[in-house]
Amino acid sequence: MTSTHDWLNEHGDYLYRFALARLRDPHQAEDAVQETFLAAIKNPTFEEQSSARTWLTGILKHKIIDQMRKSVREVAASDLMEEDADMDEFFDAKGHWTDRPQHWGMPEGALEQQQFLTVLQECLDRLPTKQQAIFMLRDVEETENEEICKELNISATNAWVMLYRARMGMRKCLEMNWLQAS
Amino acid sequence: MLSCKQTSQLLSQSLDRPLSARERFALRLHLWICKYCRRFGQQINLLRTTVKQWGERVEGDAGIQLPADAKVRIASLIRTNSH
Repeated sequence: MTSTHDWLNEHGDYLYRFALARLRDPHQAEDAVQETFLAAIKNPTFEEQSSARTWLTGILKHKIIDQMRKSVREVAASDLMEEDADMDEFFDAKGHWTDRPQHWGMPEGALEQQQFLTVLQECLDRLPTKQQAIFMLRDVEETENEEICKELNISATNAWVMLYRARMGMRKCLEMNWLQAS
Repeated sequence: MLSCKQTSQLLSQSLDRPLSARERFALRLHLWICKYCRRFGQQINLLRTTVKQWGERVEGDAGIQLPADAKVRIASLIRTNSH
């Protein structure tokens, strides 16, 4: 298959960006792209150049989840403490906010600001790995919950709890680090 | 009456599953009187939109390229693995 070389030239950058948007780690993104091409040449069932990108992206999606699964497994032990922590830092015994959500005066185009995007990345980095992975799958990739549960081998309830914690953590982190800086 | 804690949980889950009629009603009731939970709901929606936009921006940014060394490595892997 000579066309596999063209695939790398034609689609390599795109696939890398696609992976980076979900994994955020450049090395993991590279690995996912590499695994994608290796899988593609082993089973080059695809001929039509027009949709090679779609086909490769389909393979890449699985490789991205593989990478996430790997990083989730690697840190599973260190994350356990955080997984068990309840939401005491956010609510009092009666379930009232201890730290009430502030008003975010969002000036026009605030989301486009580099500063906001930088804080967003920093906040994502601070999430426990498992929460990061599931949050990216759900909110960037719009993966169905059912599939997330199957791929990461967790229950639906577990997924809701982790997404909830991720959103609580992200919201607070943004409020503290972006709102106050701007 | 839902607490803020329960409300925030339901608001988050509403992004991931359809809520029951009873849940939607309880949620609406609480949100009607609680501006903090209203804010929370808006903010997690905004969070989703923003992260998604960031992802799309990375995907469309032609300036971001597969690093040259990775390209060389993958090209040679393709060569050795294809027949």
